[in-house]
Amino acid sequence: MLEDFFIRALLAGIGIALITGPIGCFVIWRRLSFFAGTLAHSALLGVTMALVFELNIAFSVFLISAVLAIFLLQLQTKTNLPNDALLGLLAHSSLAIGLVIIGFLTTIRFDVMGLLFGDILAVSQSDLLLIWVGGVFILIILKIIWKPLFASTINYDLAKAEGMNPDRYNAIFTILMAAIIAISIKIVGLLLITGMLIIPAALARNISNNPIQMALLSTIGGLLSILIGLFSSLEFNTASGPSIITAALLLFLITLIKTKKFSELKK
Amino acid sequence: MENKKKVLLKVENVGVSINDKSLVKGVSFEVKQGEIVTLIGPNGSGKSTTAKIALGIYKKIDGKVKTYTDKIGYVPQKISIDWTLPIRVSDFMTLTEELNQDQINTALNLTGVEHLKNKSLSKLSGGEFQRVLIARAISKQPELLVLDEPVQGVDFKGELALYELIKKISDKMKCGILLISHDLHVVMSATDYVLCLNGHVCCSGTPHNVVKDSKYRELFGDRASNILSLYEHKHDHTHSQDGAIDQK
Repeated sequence: MLEDFFIRALLAGIGIALITGPIGCFVIWRRLSFFAGTLAHSALLGVTMALVFELNIAFSVFLISAVLAIFLLQLQTKTNLPNDALLGLLAHSSLAIGLVIIGFLTTIRFDVMGLLFGDILAVSQSDLLLIWVGGVFILIILKIIWKPLFASTINYDLAKAEGMNPDRYNAIFTILMAAIIAISIKIVGLLLITGMLIIPAALARNISNNPIQMALLSTIGGLLSILIGLFSSLEFNTASGPSIITAALLLFLITLIKTKKFSELKK
Repeated sequence: MENKKKVLLKVENVGVSINDKSLVKGVSFEVKQGEIVTLIGPNGSGKSTTAKIALGIYKKIDGKVKTYTDKIGYVPQKISIDWTLPIRVSDFMTLTEELNQDQINTALNLTGVEHLKNKSLSKLSGGEFQRVLIARAISKQPELLVLDEPVQGVDFKGELALYELIKKISDKMKCGILLISHDLHVVMSATDYVLCLNGHVCCSGTPHNVVKDSKYRELFGDRASNILSLYEHKHDHTHSQDGAIDQK
């Protein structure tokens, strides 16, 4: 029989995969993979802030991510530096500030590795609740804004001209990304949440020909990665978070072979 | 009779600058129901910019834009679909509006691309893509159509057919059209009002008046002034079906 902690880990992972599947597609379509990484990096600062001010971790991470997103928008209007340079600047400096502050917290024992890679096997019931309630909320909002968000993703001018208000939906999407990172940080960790956002969506692109299909396949890819990753970490006694991402990468490689075969068949 | 038509778009003395450099300024015009207004001018003269101002795409503009309809169809000058986004023609058609299959088919049929319905956008040729863009813009039965170089990359025969279609749409659907075009022949033969831009409005009026304007001659050269007479000449002969002249 499976242990309780493992069942909790499975449920948490499934919850995360259901959210990151469709959201990850938008991350890829909107070329936001680096932005997602930047938000994830800033989460370390969010966690240290939570420790200093004794705040709820998810809340603090969400707050810092939101502040970072606003700060990025400000920077974009103030300088002509390209986006990737600004994101790199924010990612590394917020990570650094977080680590510097940890250095001052001599009274608190703090597991940086745990924060970077998460500990899905240590998921508590309240964590599960946060993921599932937060996740359902995020998915409902995504369903509501799907059409205008998709139109804004295809072409800003077109969406704006035809009354879809792209600025509003771009902002809502940024908030959704901050929320995902906030609720998943404890489980998959800073470095792996980006992987879960990008790799399942990337493998889905290889085998889909329309947006809805890609979102579904991305979710399935994420779920498979969670299952394969967790069971193999149980079997081979490997770190669970990295096992999940490795499983996702393997699935991605398999879809590459498939697309090759498909295109050969077409010839 | 002119005054009874509903005004759909009113642009008053608008302009836009980016980094203190003026892209276009002092443009005023209005588009009424069933009317085609065209913007012409050399590259970089602010035609697309003016259209974008009219559509409310810029956040900071000088002057005033009033739109009296929210049923707007837009064909942008450039639109690139990233490979990472898998999207078929049929998905693209419903981008900003819910349409049923009949409506999608009818619109695609009008621009002659119904057979491409299930193809990926990224697999279309330039001309096919333009036809899909036009089909999408008209499928929602807009009251105001803004077309920025709508037939770029379309073959010669298709170009004429599409311009005829645009003319038909403005007549039948009673929508107002703001058109940007390089094709002076079409502009002069099919539109009601012409604005000649070069960072500002050089001259404007009916095609007949614009071609006589000395500023139009300066911008487009003497040969462009003969276009109207050429068109009228052709028009005289359409009844006798003189193929040799049409080939020109």
